[in-house]
Amino acid sequence: MITFMNNSDSEEEPCNERTSLMSAESPPVPSYQDGLQASEAGEPQAHRKRRTGSSRSPNNIADGDMSDSRVPVRESALENEEEELTLKYGAKHVIMLFVPVTLCMIVVVATIKSVRFYTEKNGQLIYTPFSEDTPSVGQRLLNSVLNTIIMISVIVVMTVFLVLLYKYRCYKFIHGWLILSSLMLLFLFTYIYLGEVLKTYNVAMDYPTLFLIIWNFGAVGMICIHWKGPLQLQQAYLIMISALMALVFIKYLPEWSAWVILGAISIYDLMAVLCPKGPLRMLVETAQERNEPIFPALIYSSAMIWTVGMAKPDTAARGPSQQMRDAAEDGRENHGSPSHAESQMSETRSPIPTRPITSFEELEEEERGVKLGLGDFIFYSVLVGKAAATASGDWNTTLACFVAILIGLCLTLLLLAVFKKALPALPISITFGLIFYFSTDNIVRPFMDTLASHQLYI
Amino acid sequence: PALGLFLFTIARDPLRIIILIAGAFFWLVSLLLSSLIWFIAVKASDPRDEPLQKGLLIFGVMFSVLLQEAFRFLYYKLLRKAIEGLVALSEDGCSPISIQQMAYVAGVGFGLMSGAFSMINLLADALGPGTVGIHGDSQLYFLTSAFMTMVLIFLHTFWGILFFHGCEHRRWWEIVAVVVMHLAVSGSTFCNPLYVGSLVPSYLLMAAAAVWAYLLSGGSAQNLRRFLLCKS
Repeated sequence: MITFMNNSDSEEEPCNERTSLMSAESPPVPSYQDGLQASEAGEPQAHRKRRTGSSRSPNNIADGDMSDSRVPVRESALENEEEELTLKYGAKHVIMLFVPVTLCMIVVVATIKSVRFYTEKNGQLIYTPFSEDTPSVGQRLLNSVLNTIIMISVIVVMTVFLVLLYKYRCYKFIHGWLILSSLMLLFLFTYIYLGEVLKTYNVAMDYPTLFLIIWNFGAVGMICIHWKGPLQLQQAYLIMISALMALVFIKYLPEWSAWVILGAISIYDLMAVLCPKGPLRMLVETAQERNEPIFPALIYSSAMIWTVGMAKPDTAARGPSQQMRDAAEDGRENHGSPSHAESQMSETRSPIPTRPITSFEELEEEERGVKLGLGDFIFYSVLVGKAAATASGDWNTTLACFVAILIGLCLTLLLLAVFKKALPALPISITFGLIFYFSTDNIVRPFMDTLASHQLYI
Repeated sequence: PALGLFLFTIARDPLRIIILIAGAFFWLVSLLLSSLIWFIAVKASDPRDEPLQKGLLIFGVMFSVLLQEAFRFLYYKLLRKAIEGLVALSEDGCSPISIQQMAYVAGVGFGLMSGAFSMINLLADALGPGTVGIHGDSQLYFLTSAFMTMVLIFLHTFWGILFFHGCEHRRWWEIVAVVVMHLAVSGSTFCNPLYVGSLVPSYLLMAAAAVWAYLLSGGSAQNLRRFLLCKS
């Protein structure tokens, strides 16, 4: 594709964010947050606007030590400027990630609480063939471990396959795959979801209206995700898609398997991103070498890159860097790929966004945003949704898991700022979430219940 | 009211939101540890012995209060470090957020979390059929719970300010006063369902803490008057 050539002129594109790599994604597609951009490569090009994003450190809390690494960098004005900007906007980026994650979780929890469909057990996916209805505890544990192994191996295989495709430049294939999967996600799952919601609230709806609504929703979604669209709309779509996928997971994964899978996925994420031979790391590096954005369709980006003829910042413009933004791919950032969630069902991998392939455009980057892979969204929501669905302590547990995940996200972003590389976003948050879930459910709940029954306050 | 506080003062600034969530997290961890202790104690004791259970509960509550204050202190330490980092990183050498603001936000964080944990199951049950308190609890259960939660949230906020101020200026008696107040408030809830015994002292304490925190933050009667009369 021609655009690729053009694109190689601008190195920057990925710039800005430091995305951490998140592999989590639903089995099929690894979602990750990349921080690619240039920051790692450290290219000091003239027109690097700033991005270097490396320092996107969102968190300044507990930053004491971190500051040392930053402070001494006063050498180049560019870097200096960057750092300060990064730090200054650091907290803002954390919030930019907090909000969508929170929204996604709220949607999932609200649906779980109200719509019965998603908590009924109506069968399992073929990826988890072992049932958990066995009489003995040991057998159940064994089954769930086996389920997990199967699921993880499916994910690994898909990821490796995707990386190979990417390496050998089979872009059309990947592209088609992603489109197919997001198509299916947008239409089929939305249809099921709407059907269930309408059933719950006993609202009558005729088929033509339903068809119209779903068609519109799906078509706009496809355009937004894979092509251009307003940032907010794109983000909204990505959130909705992640929520849908998470709901599917919650429904179809058996109890213990779900928890073991969550744990195993975070370990896998850690390894896939940090090990030198890990597939995701290779993916990131390859993309960096080629100066392309990585799978826009799989990533949620908090900042937008507008393709605008003039360099005009979309949002608050940063002073210096405005002009220089080369076109990176605008789509890139904005894509989140739901498809990877999809892959589960449809075996499609999110297609590489065509965005970057379009013509050479001037991109204006308003703020370096941070990118988060969609899989991370999905698994966070799965954790919180499961907590809401199955915990007997209800809201307390859900709230505890929610706070734990947010704190994990903060810490991950902090590490991102320190290390300036793509990092896995899953492990810390999921670990915290799991710890808090189990402890709150088993230990805190009786305590709070007794307190509440006597109306004591602590 | 707590939500109003949040919306008006915290939601604007992302740094404050982070501090808030971290504060809530710290409270949560303290709750976890204290309930762990209680849980172990309960399991190790005889479940049928009523007075013992009650006694254990009281012990659990007190211990939890102490743990909460300990965690507040830890959080203070963490925030101190963070402020240093922020100052070093900022452009003009002064931190974008002051320690007092942090104290306020941390207090709100603690308060929100504790309030949420106290109220939310109640609210959820309230949405369903009216079966709360059917076992002969007072009719005013909901109302008093709501008021108590509100007063507790406010108290946490004020305690946050007082506590941090005490730590900053090394006035240990302030810290001790906060701890004692917290213990007193929790203890007063033991009088429930005799609501007079718990709500009234709590509100009085809250008023006292409010005035104290206000004075510490640099306000004065004059400021207040000017503010209320909208003078410039």
